[in-house]
Amino acid sequence: MTTETGLASQAETARHRAPTRAMSTGRAGDRIFAGAARGSGITVLAIIAAIGVFLVWKAIPALQANEAGFLTSQEWNPNANPPKFGIAQLAFGTVMSSLLAMLMATPVAVGIALFIAFYSPRRVASGLGYVVDLLAAVPSIVYGLWGLAVLAPHMEGISAGLNSALGWIPLFGGDSPGKNSIFTASVVLAIMILPIISSISREVFLQVPRAHVEASLALGATRWEMIRMSVLPYGRSGVIGASMLGLGRAMGETIAVAMVLTYVPGINLHLLEDGGATFAANIANSFAEATENGRGALIASGLVLFVITLLVNMAARAVVARRKEFT
Amino acid sequence: MTAPSSPLGTVSVGRKVKDRVAQVLVYGAFGLALIPLVSVLWTVVSNGLARLDPTFFGYSMNGVGGRDVGGGAYHAIIGTLQQVAIASVIAVPIAVLTAIYLVEYGGDGRLARAIGFFVDVMTGIPSIVAGLFVLALWLLTFGFAFSGFAGALALTILMIPTVVRATEEMLKLVPNDLREASYALGVPRWRTICFVILPTAFTGILTGIMLAVARIMGETAPLLLTIFFTKAINTNPFDGPQGSLPTFIWDQASDPNQNSIDRAWTGALVLIGIIMLLNLAARLVARRFKPAGH
Amino acid sequence: MAKRIEVSGLHAYYGGVHAIEDISMTIEPRSVTAFIGPSGCGKSTFLRTLNRMHEVIPGARVEGKVMLDDDDLYGPSVDPVAVRRTVGMVFQRPNPFPTMSIYDNVAAGLKLNGVRGKGKLDDVVEESLRGANLWNEVKDRLGRPGAGLSGGQQQRLCIARAIAVQPQVLLMDEPCSALDPISTLAIEDLIAKLKDQYTIVIVTHNMQQAARVSDRTAFFTIAGTGKPGKLIEIDDTSKIFTKPEQQATEDYITGRFG
Repeated sequence: MTTETGLASQAETARHRAPTRAMSTGRAGDRIFAGAARGSGITVLAIIAAIGVFLVWKAIPALQANEAGFLTSQEWNPNANPPKFGIAQLAFGTVMSSLLAMLMATPVAVGIALFIAFYSPRRVASGLGYVVDLLAAVPSIVYGLWGLAVLAPHMEGISAGLNSALGWIPLFGGDSPGKNSIFTASVVLAIMILPIISSISREVFLQVPRAHVEASLALGATRWEMIRMSVLPYGRSGVIGASMLGLGRAMGETIAVAMVLTYVPGINLHLLEDGGATFAANIANSFAEATENGRGALIASGLVLFVITLLVNMAARAVVARRKEFT
Repeated sequence: MTAPSSPLGTVSVGRKVKDRVAQVLVYGAFGLALIPLVSVLWTVVSNGLARLDPTFFGYSMNGVGGRDVGGGAYHAIIGTLQQVAIASVIAVPIAVLTAIYLVEYGGDGRLARAIGFFVDVMTGIPSIVAGLFVLALWLLTFGFAFSGFAGALALTILMIPTVVRATEEMLKLVPNDLREASYALGVPRWRTICFVILPTAFTGILTGIMLAVARIMGETAPLLLTIFFTKAINTNPFDGPQGSLPTFIWDQASDPNQNSIDRAWTGALVLIGIIMLLNLAARLVARRFKPAGH
Repeated sequence: MAKRIEVSGLHAYYGGVHAIEDISMTIEPRSVTAFIGPSGCGKSTFLRTLNRMHEVIPGARVEGKVMLDDDDLYGPSVDPVAVRRTVGMVFQRPNPFPTMSIYDNVAAGLKLNGVRGKGKLDDVVEESLRGANLWNEVKDRLGRPGAGLSGGQQQRLCIARAIAVQPQVLLMDEPCSALDPISTLAIEDLIAKLKDQYTIVIVTHNMQQAARVSDRTAFFTIAGTGKPGKLIEIDDTSKIFTKPEQQATEDYITGRFG
């Protein structure tokens, strides 16, 4: 196809062109760019370190001034003189609401994941996944607004029903089930963590080797038997890890809980009754009125929340990572 | 359940029933999840439309009481856009460069593993803790006042890990063939990354950034601690309390007057609208430009 | 343009694995040298040591000497980036840059190295595409994505991209193994044409191809799994395929081994 002149002219211009070797090899550019990349990575480490350091540093004066047991007291009066505050009630509310949320969300989330992975038609599966992900796109302030205006009135009846049926269990006991209870908060939290649990579970289920699925189907298994034989055992630790990530998310959730939950001092074991508090909601609610010492106390409680969520998240990731080793 | 007996035999009734029950439960789970989604969207739209008028977009809440009609979220929308823009400008370069370090330079080294681990840790930081950190560092230690910028710093912390992870995934999808092709042309590594690898992964990274922006835009808690609150217009994010859509909703919802509640719903509608648009745009970008090289 | 390659006592390692052992050979300019041998015999590894692409893989290193005329490729002050501009490479699978047009793909080596100037780039793109026997097929759609071409066209595009930076040597790592017979023929024609200007080294699995396109042929093999690859012999292609010095070569050529 090509003529000899093409090659000749190529050789011609080659002579006019600056020799290739004279071009910079970009060593300086490489050093600068690699340095910037590395520096950014180190910045991330520095931020995490700074979070720990500054929270501790700013919490110490308030903790020193505290006249109550920080871990044991149910009281939260850091602005008083002398300041008295403890995290017992906050820890109780946080753990109870998020555990309940996790227990409610996990089975539903697994159902959703199975539905999208194995029951829905292939063509619409990703679209349905997107619909569930939309739940995650709704900001927590909107969940709070909705929880307060729409969900809470409905929860009054549900809570009363649970109370009369299961009142013999202390957590569901009490005389006056309400609508601004830890239970209501946990329902809102369950909805909020549904998408994260279901999307991770879905990913895990979709990773089940095709061969396992086909092996059980070839044995004459029904769809449910296939799921029980091949999918659930394979995905179990992934689902556990996912629900723990959801737990961590629920523990740190602030605004929705702050809006739904009515603050009543003191631990109340009756979760259906109005009142309770969580670390995060307490910070949002008390911040505006906090004095200097009050801010320090809130920072101290935030530090505890940080450590708890950190431990839960790390445990969750360890569970998920262990699964990876087995496959 | 009395199927005509086939020469191939039949599945026992018990197994069939179990299979059917499982199917009903699984379908039910999906249906159950749709209830809150539909309910949230429906209430936000139906309650929010009442005040979706020019006044809402043109006026602030300056001098407007809870009981008064009128008033708007102009100050809040300005604030949110500025805060999110500042957060993105700070977070995106750090996050993208960190991801580049993890994928292109770090290898399996100790620093890369440490960074990878702490990015995971950062993903799990509750947003209120990010707010407390900026409060402790920027306001209490450095002595700066509440400002939109302080809020943006808190949002930056929430944005970095999401963008790092999204970028990392996308960079890993770029086939190694392309790196080799570029190196074989005598192109230095940094130019290979900037002009071959990043363009190839660009749409995926853009999708990740848009989703991260959508996520931080709805954050309320850290803003309460860092930008505080104002009803007036403040167009300078570096000076004094600023409005923002989430804190606007928070404030209006805490007032029992119906006019306030209406404003809160409209604020929620606008916020959700922006976030959903960002999400939709991100999906469109992702679909329109499939990861190149596949 | 073309330069002679002189390799002496070359060893290559991947981490702790000894990949190739003590290779010495001379590769003549303006000729085609083919590397043949069974899978895993180190012929591709050896090829990658000739433009220091070997080092791209973490933990890889090289001992020995590779001279390009009078320059030591592994000399202490030599930058691998500069080496790769002088010694171009074409890969097994065509790998045009997916985000770039045909034009930009060909100009990539220059553009990415900071060369500007529309007129000059236009000339280089046309010459390189003509040189790669692709100009007539793509001249009307230079702005279209390179990934839209057929496999054989993509491979010729990659060759055009490689020669656009004016290398002295062109290394080809099984350039036809992913292509159909007609595209393969087009590449082989192109190789025959390019050898007037470049030193060409081609790794191939296909002995007929080696016999068709090369002037000299080197035969590599391994003693067993985990052992390093070795050069058995290098000679004129006609000699290797008719009466090789070594029994191992003859066994391989006649299909008794490998």
